This record gives sequence, C-alpha cells and structure tokens, in this order.
Amino acid sequence: MKRRDLLLSALGLVIVWQVFAMIVSRPILPAPWEVFIVFFQELGNGLMIHFGVSLWRVVAGMALSVLVAAPAGLAIGGSRTMNRIFSPIIYLLYPIPKVVFVPVVLLFLGIGDTAKITIIFLILFFQIVVLVRDQAAGLPPQLLQSLRSLGAGRRALFRFVYLPASLPAILTALRQSIGTAVAVLYITELFATKYGLGYYIYYNGGTLFNYPAMYAGVIAMSLLGLGMYFAVDWLERWLCPWKFIS
Amino acid sequence: MILIHSLTFGYPRGALIFQDFDWQVARGQTWTVLGPSGCGKTSLLYLLAGLLQPTSGQIEIDGQPLTRPRPRTGLILQDYGLLPWATVRQNAELGLRVRNFYGPDGTHAPRDYSPARDVMPWLERLGLAEFADRFPAQISGGQRQRAAIVRTLALSPDLLLMDEPFASLDAVTREDLQNLTLSLCAEQQLTLVIVTHAIEEAVALGEKILLLETAPNQNARVFENSQAGQSNYRNSQAYHDLCNLLWKEMRHEKA
Repeated sequence: MKRRDLLLSALGLVIVWQVFAMIVSRPILPAPWEVFIVFFQELGNGLMIHFGVSLWRVVAGMALSVLVAAPAGLAIGGSRTMNRIFSPIIYLLYPIPKVVFVPVVLLFLGIGDTAKITIIFLILFFQIVVLVRDQAAGLPPQLLQSLRSLGAGRRALFRFVYLPASLPAILTALRQSIGTAVAVLYITELFATKYGLGYYIYYNGGTLFNYPAMYAGVIAMSLLGLGMYFAVDWLERWLCPWKFIS
Repeated sequence: MILIHSLTFGYPRGALIFQDFDWQVARGQTWTVLGPSGCGKTSLLYLLAGLLQPTSGQIEIDGQPLTRPRPRTGLILQDYGLLPWATVRQNAELGLRVRNFYGPDGTHAPRDYSPARDVMPWLERLGLAEFADRFPAQISGGQRQRAAIVRTLALSPDLLLMDEPFASLDAVTREDLQNLTLSLCAEQQLTLVIVTHAIEEAVALGEKILLLETAPNQNARVFENSQAGQSNYRNSQAYHDLCNLLWKEMRHEKA
C-alpha cells in the first residue's frame, strides 16, 4: 500500500467525520479540528502516560503469547503424537470467547497489570497456537525428507525448517489479533485501574462528560492499534522478505 | 557400494513392495531405476537414503548396515527440496549449516568433517553465482535443481540418489542438466542412482538399468547399457533398440 493512498484515506475519514459533526451538531460529536487541538493539549496532560501504560500492557500480552504459543504450536504441529493429544483440547477451547473470562481472571489475579496482560495473552495464545500448528503440520513432506537426508535430526529440523516456516504464521496471527487485543485491552481497563486509554476514554466520556477529551482518547487508542499493525507489517518485511518478491 | 540382501518392505496396512529382493551396485556406477507409477521406485530410493527402514532384510552401504540417513549420501528430489524462505546461497549452504549445527559427530556429519560454509565456488561452477541472493521463487526450475545439486555436492558425497530430478523441466534444460549430472558424477567419482519413469531418460543416463515391476518386486531385472553417457549415444541405433525393448517390457508387464 502506498503512503499517499493511506494519507488520502485518512483525509477522507476526517472529512466524513466533519460532515457528520455538522449534521449532528451536538456536543457528543465534536468536529475533528476541536478534537485534534484537545488531543495535543492532553498529550502533555497525562494522555501520553495513559498511552504508554496501554502500550505496555498490549505489547507485554502479545510478547508473552508469542513466546509461549509459538513453541507450543511448533511442538504440536511437528509431532503426530502431540497433535493427537492436544488438538482436541484446542478444538474445544478455541471457540470460547475468552473475553467472558475477564471477571474470573480479575478475581484470581487481582487488579494489577498481571490480570490485564493475562487476558490479552489468553486471547492471542489460541490464535497463534492454531496458526503455527497448521503451518508446521502442513509443511511439504518432501521438504522435511530432503532436510533429513542432509543429516538433519529433530533439533536441526526445528531450527532450519519449522521455526522459519512458522514466522509468517506468527505474524499473521498477530495481525489478525491486534484488533481483538486492543478491544479487550479497552474492556480490561474499565475495571480497577486509573491508568490506560480505556480508563481515560471512559472517565472523560462517562464521568466528566468532556467529549473532546474522550475523542482524543479514542484517537490515541486507534493510533495504538494502527501503530502495532504497522509494526507487524514492518516486522514481516524484515523477517520474511521472501514473501514480498515479485 | 550398495548391497541389498533379501529386502522385504511394505507400508503399514499396504501391500508388499519388495519381497526377498537382492540388488548390488558397485562403486562409481551409474544406475537408473525405471518402472511404472506405484512400482516402488521412490520407496527404494528412500530406503537407500535411510529415510525408510526395511521390514526385513539388510541394506549395506559402503560395508555398513544402513539404519539412518548417512552423511555421505546425497538425495535430490524432484521439487520442494529448497527452502522457500532462504536465498539460493543459503539453500546451497543448508547441508553445511546442518553439519556445523551438530559438529563432526559421525551420525549427522562425517567424523573427519571440518566446519565449512563456502559454496560460492560451486555456485559459480553451476552458473548460479549471479542468482545467489535470489529466492527459489525468483529463479527457473532448472536453476532451482542446480541449486539442489550444489547443496548436495557441497557435502562431498560419495553416493548420489535422485528422484525424478528432471521431470518438471523443459527438454533442453533437462538434457543440459542430465549431461551436467553425469559429468559431475564422473569427475567426483560418485555412485549415482536416478529414479525415473521416462524410458528415454533411463537409457540416456544409466550404464545399468534396474527395471521394477508391479509390486511386490522379487527379482532385480537389470539391463546393461555400457554406452550410456557417451556423446551422440542418444542418436544411435543401440539407444533406440534398448528404448524399444524396455518399452515392450513395461507394456508386457502392464498387460
């Protein structure tokens, strides 16, 4: 995608927003310029800290899920026995909407960051395990045979085939889950915290009725999701250049 | 070099493919294994590569019983052999990197192996130097197969096993690569076993031709073809006669 196209799309969205603001003409939908001004004022007024806290929670949750789920997916996809044992369990747990566990996790892990990071981890874990497992299990047998014939045993197969083959699956899983992760982050930040963009948005909108500030929070949260999306794209270009050849 | 004694092999829940099968290959010989689909050609190659194990009987290579892939055996498959995420150079280095990963333990790499990484001379020799930094998807089928050959030769094998290595190539590229393979084998004094379903290829390449039949194979039917590999052999009467003979044999077998 070209940068120019992205900028034009962003401009288009701002224009639509402006038109709606003019039609609605009430404080609950301020015009974009008003929100932008408040956004920059709020940055120095605590919004930056809320952004940082949210970023930390979502990045920690994602990193944790990659570190745990990718090896698990590799192990399950790379071994028929492991696949037979664990796939039915994953099959049962995968479709359960993990967000319903928010109150349970809060009860068990308390009100700190651990609970919030754990919930993001729970959601991403299954997406990554499933994608990495399928990628590892779907490798052409000829590829594995030719590596074995070069002397590769199990360890070398993981190092030279399974691991690099699973990288795109990990990144795809991350990209697919960023939206969910940020949405869940918002929900977890509604409970028992005074920091984070979820708290900031809800506090300004629901308690202070400071709508421009609330929208500034919404913009910050969108930028958080968008930034992570770009980061994953960049990582993919850096780690998987072979996927971008013409 | 290869000694197969009383080999019996079948896949679990499948019919037997080899039954009491004996076969010998002397060092430095060039063999083609010919037969219809499903006759067990590829299984034989995988058995020789140590990737499959016999149900009963013995396979010895270089005097040693074969129980797992052997460091000095090179295997080249028709396709999918190259890692799509690695460049030509990285793919060519792969066997060496696997050896460096384990060190000279005698199982994954020969005991006398000293870590090396330089495949550029081979890439240059096979005309791949300028494609060294490209990915497999960016080069032609013939170049991919050359890269697979470099990867194998970089490990200094003494036995080269090839499974339909030229099947997906156009006629000109195929003949070039066939000639290249023969000259490299002669130069490096390799024993060569090529599996093919194409009669012309079997006759053009194999000093000896093993004809497999409908499974289970019990006797090794061997055809002598001492002129194979000589220049202009493909246009000679002897070549055409042998092709015709093998064609009749395979047709007879099918009927």
